[in-house]
Amino acid sequence: MSKIAVCTEVNSDVHEFLCDPGDSLLDALREKLDLTGSKEGCGSGDCGACTVMLDGEMVCSCLVLAAEADGRKIVTIEGVAEGSVLHPLQQKFLELGALQCGFCTPGLIVSAKALLDSKPDPDEEEVRYWLAGNLCRCTGYDKVVRAVMETAAELRQEGVKA
Amino acid sequence: MSLVFHSPRSAEEAASLLAADPTARPLVGGTDLIVQMRSGSAVPSAIVDLKRIPGLAEIRPHNGGFAIGAATPCTALLKDPELCRAWPGVVEAANLIGSVQVRNRATMAGNLCNASPAADSVPALVAAGATCLVIGPDGEREVAARDIPTGPGKTSLKSGEFIAEIRLPPRPSGGADAYLRSIPRTEMDIAVVGAGVALQVDADGVCTAARIALGAVGPTVVLVEEAGAALVGTRFEDSALEDMVQKVRAACRPIDDKRGPAAYRTAMAGVLARRVVSIARERAGAEA
Repeated sequence: MSKIAVCTEVNSDVHEFLCDPGDSLLDALREKLDLTGSKEGCGSGDCGACTVMLDGEMVCSCLVLAAEADGRKIVTIEGVAEGSVLHPLQQKFLELGALQCGFCTPGLIVSAKALLDSKPDPDEEEVRYWLAGNLCRCTGYDKVVRAVMETAAELRQEGVKA
Repeated sequence: MSLVFHSPRSAEEAASLLAADPTARPLVGGTDLIVQMRSGSAVPSAIVDLKRIPGLAEIRPHNGGFAIGAATPCTALLKDPELCRAWPGVVEAANLIGSVQVRNRATMAGNLCNASPAADSVPALVAAGATCLVIGPDGEREVAARDIPTGPGKTSLKSGEFIAEIRLPPRPSGGADAYLRSIPRTEMDIAVVGAGVALQVDADGVCTAARIALGAVGPTVVLVEEAGAALVGTRFEDSALEDMVQKVRAACRPIDDKRGPAAYRTAMAGVLARRVVSIARERAGAEA
């Protein structure tokens, strides 16, 4: 099987790696680049634990082939915090306890940030529909939704972009 | 078994790569194909990624209507105000599929070619009279969207052929469309039944044309011409609507499965058909 050379920008750094044609982007992120924040829950696009931004759009990285990522820009959960300073969404998830086992949290944070980047003032229904592709089997979503709404309100007050 | 990944830069190159290898599969959104590869239900020897073919992810005007490139993701349809105004039912149907993550990749062309009887965008496309530009080793042909799926997971595309774009006619005057599906949840589910309609209403409120298409009540999408005909010439009186509903139910040949029993699907097909006609009629009136 011939390997494919992929050059892609991940979290503002250029990475080059070799992959097999059938490798998913999630496989490459976790195994080639050691970015293990994105999780594989289902491998079929149902759970959203592998959500990353691909050229500015949130996608399930388990349903993207690594070879497709050549020349494209990716942001993963590892690119959300600024160094050791957590993103306000991450801080709020901690404060409100919007997680239990934490497996879905990276995907939820990436998805919630994508929402607030495009819509700083979502109502609860919009938050719930937007996050429908991120399954959590522990918390029941209420704290997650509250964390997103409260972060949105604080960011608006501070006049900061998510 | 080795797999090869191709990223052609032209439609001709894609067609020759697909024609050269009968088990090669075209890739656009990957939300069905990659899942099938992972489960082992699809074992292609080559993947031909169509997304780097120029123009294939664009929406452009075509004969007064629209040509939607096969690699256009469902969410990109929402960003085209002209398309949303002309064919809101098609845009809504495509944006009922999966989650935001899935719709940022999934395409209507892929939804057609996956040939699931429950595909959400397909009844809406068929009601709207959509056609597909099919490119293959022998050149191009235009095929009605309803003629693409031939059974669950099966299409009429020949070896080497792929859909390059989906074409929607101009919205006729007094025309409007709508699509609804029935699912037990509010999102992230597969249609138990789906119903799409495109109709035209004249200045006096008389229906002059109607196409009603159903999903998940047969092995392929079902265009119920006699149900549409039951509305033509009427002002959507209760008796006309009831006649339409009876014809919709008579055309249903659903299966019993975990998503719903056949009798429920048949009953719901009539309910949804009535609702989509009401939505489309309201939309047509609002534009008159």
